[in-house]
Amino acid sequence: MVVTTHAVTVISASQFLGYATLGLEPDQLLQHLARYPSMDYFIELLFSGLTRGSIYALLALGYTMVYGIIGLINFAHGEIYMIGAYTALIVSTVLSIYGLPPLTILVVTALAAALWAAAYGFTVERLAYRPLRNAPRLSPLISAIGMSIFLQNFVLLAQTSDFQPFPSLIPELAFMEPFAAVIGSKDLTILIVAALVMILLTFMIKFTRTGKAMRATSQDRKMALLVGINVDNIISITFLIGSALAAIGGLLIASHVGQINCSIGFIAGIKAFTAAVLGGIGSIPGAVLGSFVLGLTEAFATGYVSSDYEDAFAFALLVLILIFRPAGLLGKAAIDKV
Amino acid sequence: MITLKDIRKAIGIGLWFMFLTFPLLVIKVNPVEKTVIWRWHTMLLVGVASFGVYLLYRLVLTRRDVRQERIRLGQEQETTKSNLHFLKAPQFRQSLAGTGILFVLVFPALFSTYQINIMITALMYVVLGLGLNIVVGVAGLLNLGYVAFYAVGAYTYALLHLHFGLGFWTVLPLGGLLGAVFGILLGFPVLRLRGDYLAIVTLGFGEIIRLVLENWNEFSKGPSGIADIPRPGFFGLDMSLETAIIYLYYLMIGMVIFTIFVVNRLQNSRIGRAWFALREDEIACQAMGIDKTRTKLTAFALGATWAGMAGVFFAAKTTFINPASFTFIESAIILCIVVLGGMGSIVGVIVGALVLILVPEYLRVFADYRMLVFGAVLVVMMLLRPQGIVANVRRTYLQP
Repeated sequence: MVVTTHAVTVISASQFLGYATLGLEPDQLLQHLARYPSMDYFIELLFSGLTRGSIYALLALGYTMVYGIIGLINFAHGEIYMIGAYTALIVSTVLSIYGLPPLTILVVTALAAALWAAAYGFTVERLAYRPLRNAPRLSPLISAIGMSIFLQNFVLLAQTSDFQPFPSLIPELAFMEPFAAVIGSKDLTILIVAALVMILLTFMIKFTRTGKAMRATSQDRKMALLVGINVDNIISITFLIGSALAAIGGLLIASHVGQINCSIGFIAGIKAFTAAVLGGIGSIPGAVLGSFVLGLTEAFATGYVSSDYEDAFAFALLVLILIFRPAGLLGKAAIDKV
Repeated sequence: MITLKDIRKAIGIGLWFMFLTFPLLVIKVNPVEKTVIWRWHTMLLVGVASFGVYLLYRLVLTRRDVRQERIRLGQEQETTKSNLHFLKAPQFRQSLAGTGILFVLVFPALFSTYQINIMITALMYVVLGLGLNIVVGVAGLLNLGYVAFYAVGAYTYALLHLHFGLGFWTVLPLGGLLGAVFGILLGFPVLRLRGDYLAIVTLGFGEIIRLVLENWNEFSKGPSGIADIPRPGFFGLDMSLETAIIYLYYLMIGMVIFTIFVVNRLQNSRIGRAWFALREDEIACQAMGIDKTRTKLTAFALGATWAGMAGVFFAAKTTFINPASFTFIESAIILCIVVLGGMGSIVGVIVGALVLILVPEYLRVFADYRMLVFGAVLVVMMLLRPQGIVANVRRTYLQP
């Protein structure tokens, strides 16, 4: 039992989202395959892929919402996710020193991470994107890249460049013990939380007034202005929501992997973007679908083929989609009208 | 000038930034030993700094508004041009160029090997900046994986020397050629993409190249890199380390002059004007009968050629290369050079490279803050002066 649990950790945790890859040596992998002839290993990879996918989805939603509304790739989104994870680390450590109960720590930490990440997202938009709204296309993009570099180095200087251990905030669920070989309780928590958040978001966009305004803005910004929507506010709200989602993702993944540093945002951001493009950027169901496709592809590719090129799979997938179906799985091909 | 309302707003902004940076700047935790360090003074610093910066910004803005209003009413002449008039005078330009050339030529005699090494690095970035300038500045294609071509050049030299014993001079054109080939390879899949997708795909491409170099041990020796790459030779002459570096310096100067010459000629050629047209408006460009595919591919290929050659120089200079030298940070620095200097402007890119590479070298105090400043430079330049330090002046053709 001990051995199998260990195997689960190796596959699903260590290779997550650009963290230091422990990796399996080829002969280890063979042993691993021998131990799991077919079905169990397959299911294990399946859940690992689903967990990955749901984390990517939390991040990809931010990309796709921002792109849908202002047509900008928010390069700094990965850094917002990293800042969310760091805030969670700081807040949870301080709280645990004061000896609060674990559940309180989890809730307060999640709220704090979401709050500060949202504040950062809001500020980034106000400072770096809003003044450039009518500038040539390249300008906000370069500004976004600058923001991303700035934030990453800001955290590096303010905190440290080393990997820091992240406390395990998600409690172990006792009833999950019999299934530990295929799915850990952390994976289950991530899946459930991500699903809840996505349902809430869908509900918000479909049925609330703000959601309606967001949809209108993304369809046609000028027309939205004409019918009395405060477009600037809607854009700010989009950034707030996207950033808060990224922070929740950061908290979940960090407590799953158990360590963070200031450069995790880069790879995670690229992968989430890949997922968003895969699903069709600008489309919210597309982002979720794309994330699961990417997560599963990565899990099976690293599990059955090789773990050395884990990050390269995502990039290769991205290039392939862009060649054969640039609009993504659920996106509509954009037509430029002159 | 500054009203009470401005001050109230500045206080608000100061407080907002104090709140924003509170957890990351003030608290430093050690999760293992469960200790916390509180750094309250940084909070005060952030508050005061953002308060001051905002007031300064308002002051500059209001003064500019007041002056523009006066110019509009005809009370004041536009003064900026007459102030800088001497810059355009031929005598001044000639003497400036003369001093510059003299300084460049006697540089190795005046300074130590260490300084020469720094200068070689700066010159290398000038070449890289000029190469990327073709892609980003002139053709308007944002390439974030430019460092991949640099790596291709460096590894071309290292591997060809390792396996076939080829020398620097044979590999230099080969490096450029391979750079161009990779440029076209990357260009093909991204031809149909709009600017922002292009940025990400090139970014991914750069990372793939680095990952392959890191993991394919049989091919590239992996993370341990390749050592003992020879410096450029001079007809088989034995040179001491110092002479070799001075020799490399002059080669680099020659390379920069060659690059400036070619890039300048390219920009004013038929293809160069097609690039400008592509940057300004793709659809209009196509309507004018310009082959979009070919124009984009040549931009990629010709941009990558310089990176490939600069890579060969890099391998020859450091005599040791490994994948760690070719991270995204390098691409970001080169992009920063182009943006700061002025997109499309050759003089601008040279100034940008010298400023961004030499200033952090000599202001070691700020070395830690280098990347922070680079990031801020990208944002601030886009907000305040998108055309860069030295704006590109398009060549005009007089009407008959």
